[in-house]
Amino acid sequence: MSKKWKFSDIVKWGPGRHEPGATIPESGTAEQYETGGWRTERPIRDREKCNDCMICFFACPDSSIRVENGRLVDIDLKHCKGCGICAQVCPRDAIEMKNEIEARMEEGKKEEEKV
Amino acid sequence: MSRKAMTGNGAIALALKQAEPDVMSAYPITPQTEIAQNYAQFVADGAVKTEYIAVESEHSAMSAAIGSAAAGARTITATSSQGFALMWEMLFIAASLRLPITMPVITRALSGPINIHCDHSDSMGGRDCGWVQLYGEDAQEGYDNAIQAFRIAEHMDVRLPVMTMIDGFIISGAIGPLEVLQDDQVKQFVGPYEPIHPLLDIDNPVTVGAFDSLGGWYFEHKVTQNMAMDKAMSVIESVGREYGQLTGREYSHFKTHMIEDADIVLVAIGSAAGNVKTMVDRLRAGGVKVGMMKVRTFRPFPHLQVAGALAGARVIGVMDRSDSFGAQGGPLFTEIRSAMFEAPRRPQTFNFIYGLGGRDIFPDDIEGAVRLLEKAAAGEEISQKRYYLNVREVSLDGQA
Repeated sequence: MSKKWKFSDIVKWGPGRHEPGATIPESGTAEQYETGGWRTERPIRDREKCNDCMICFFACPDSSIRVENGRLVDIDLKHCKGCGICAQVCPRDAIEMKNEIEARMEEGKKEEEKV
Repeated sequence: MSRKAMTGNGAIALALKQAEPDVMSAYPITPQTEIAQNYAQFVADGAVKTEYIAVESEHSAMSAAIGSAAAGARTITATSSQGFALMWEMLFIAASLRLPITMPVITRALSGPINIHCDHSDSMGGRDCGWVQLYGEDAQEGYDNAIQAFRIAEHMDVRLPVMTMIDGFIISGAIGPLEVLQDDQVKQFVGPYEPIHPLLDIDNPVTVGAFDSLGGWYFEHKVTQNMAMDKAMSVIESVGREYGQLTGREYSHFKTHMIEDADIVLVAIGSAAGNVKTMVDRLRAGGVKVGMMKVRTFRPFPHLQVAGALAGARVIGVMDRSDSFGAQGGPLFTEIRSAMFEAPRRPQTFNFIYGLGGRDIFPDDIEGAVRLLEKAAAGEEISQKRYYLNVREVSLDGQA
């Protein structure tokens, strides 16, 4: 059985030409599956209110709370599905769930302002 | 080799003990209980090094077995009836992950009405879950199949879970003679286990059970799974031959008796095959050209070999210990009838359903079936294909 496996090899798959049991001989491949597009609500974190307690980090089912040096840096929107658990568990109400479409429109406005 | 008197369950528990797998996860259920109980005792006594996982249900038993097998351990479980039904969704997952788990199934009726006695509703209901299915007639075959199951399941061309059936109570609880191999003979026959992509190989991490939906490869994986089933056909035969060299008891997909010149052939599966054989001999003595086939491999179904062996038959009576509601007949019947469709001289096929919920089958019932088949063989037009043996208030004549 092959030890290493390339994601691009998948196009050569077919009956009898893949690992038995649909096993992927590589770990952590979920990162390559971007589920951010499923989101209908986006978590917006208020940096002023947040004290980096990390409760949302432990609660997030998609490992989308990005932490560096003990500080909550930002939320990984490529993978966040918008479940809202982070907003629920936050003891300081520092995370607000915002309608995804509105959030995108606001983003667009900011881009325009920059131009 | 030594000779012992043992129950069917005792025989199977002994076979499992001699093979000594890494992990057993099981939940006790009548009539399988003795296997789970005996094996737990072997573990408690230190007679085996197996890790015994006491679970809270059969769904958990199969889930734990899947986790254990994916981790890279040789894994077994055992069940019956409702427990088998509770495993249902996990049975498909074990097969599709290609985990070579082995599982004795002590066949018992499914509720309702509530009934704990033998029929094949449980295992036959699971015939399309992707497991190899081997049926045994008696304790000896239960013991022999449980040992061979490891080799079939773990063969690199197969890598599918295997279930081995014996009839609940009739075989599982009855004491009979058993030829027992020595522990080292069994260990040597079963051989060492080589897992593929084990989760515990931390230097080569893998993903097991990934999402594989629309636009994915689900369909291709299912086709590959069936290709493994096709390959299991010859592996079952080669393992059966090798087992024959070791024990003098060779196994294949089925056994026939008095079939060469038979106009009428009865096909049976499970413990009733013994009764049928006795009746074939008795009726032969009375001049009836009758023979029989005892089916061992039900999945993959050896349709080509079956068609070849039954090519000379004019009339075939298939005996099913389970019904298939709304179908043309029981599961064995539809397989046999389908296998014979392409035969150069297509025989007439009839279905006799018997023994549901542990109902006895008597010599007269089998003889009655053969008398009906004789009429068909003599050219009488009989449109009714499905009959029930030993059903109260309805004689065989009344059903026609």
